[in-house]
Amino acid sequence: MQAGSYVAAAYLVFVAAVVAYLTILGMRLSRTHRELRMLEHHEDDRRR
Amino acid sequence: MTDGDRRRLVHLSLASGVAVAAALMLVFFYAPRDADQGVIQKIFYIHVPMAIVALGGFIAAAALAVQYLRTGDRRWDVRSYVTIHLSLVVAVVVLMTGSIWARASWGHWWVWNEPTLVSFLIMFLLYCTYQPMRFAIEDAERQARYASVFAILAGAFVPLNFLAVRLAQAYTHPRVLGPTGGSMPGAMRLTFAACLGAVVLLYVTLWSLELTAKDAAARLRRARRQPPGLVTS
Repeated sequence: MQAGSYVAAAYLVFVAAVVAYLTILGMRLSRTHRELRMLEHHEDDRRR
Repeated sequence: MTDGDRRRLVHLSLASGVAVAAALMLVFFYAPRDADQGVIQKIFYIHVPMAIVALGGFIAAAALAVQYLRTGDRRWDVRSYVTIHLSLVVAVVVLMTGSIWARASWGHWWVWNEPTLVSFLIMFLLYCTYQPMRFAIEDAERQARYASVFAILAGAFVPLNFLAVRLAQAYTHPRVLGPTGGSMPGAMRLTFAACLGAVVLLYVTLWSLELTAKDAAARLRRARRQPPGLVTS
């Protein structure tokens, strides 16, 4: 493997880690917000 | 989360995105090629700032844990927990980028008789026990208290460990910063500073986003526990 490939691999690890972290975080946040909204809708339906 | 918090998060995310992009541009288009190591030295621009941020994060987590023990406010414990969690992720990247550099420079993925590498691994493994220990305790208050004590003790170990390694004579790991090594020329120093700033900003952004996610999850748990008729977001 050439030196340039090692540099590319190192920066790819960094970018992949940031993207993976943000993706997992985004999925968790959207699921939580969706469930919160569902709870609020159920509450509104129950009140009507 | 208020509109002000949301705006602050958006600004922080944009700033860290721009800072990371600018730092990468400096690494690949501005920083000169190292006369000794050649192009593989460019790995240090990401590896070293991330190592500094990971270790700084562990120390910050200890300070946040002290705040929790002083005040009893659970928010400090959550902040300490998120800091350790994020520093562990950063530490994984440090170990991986370090291994890639070691393979390119030394011909080995890992060198067991190198104090810098082994001490960092020991610290990483120590912090890997934090989450299992924390979540093995069911009572929330005891969990926060024990986790804080762990964070403080482990956090105190970080600078001690760093100093012990610095004082060790038999090392082959290069010193990027210090009185005897790493006298970088101006362009390299500027690039390194930009990379460090970008990684710090990225860490703060991810930390804030993670705290927001934790806050939303806590609100959801509270809403689920409330009797019907009292659910509010």
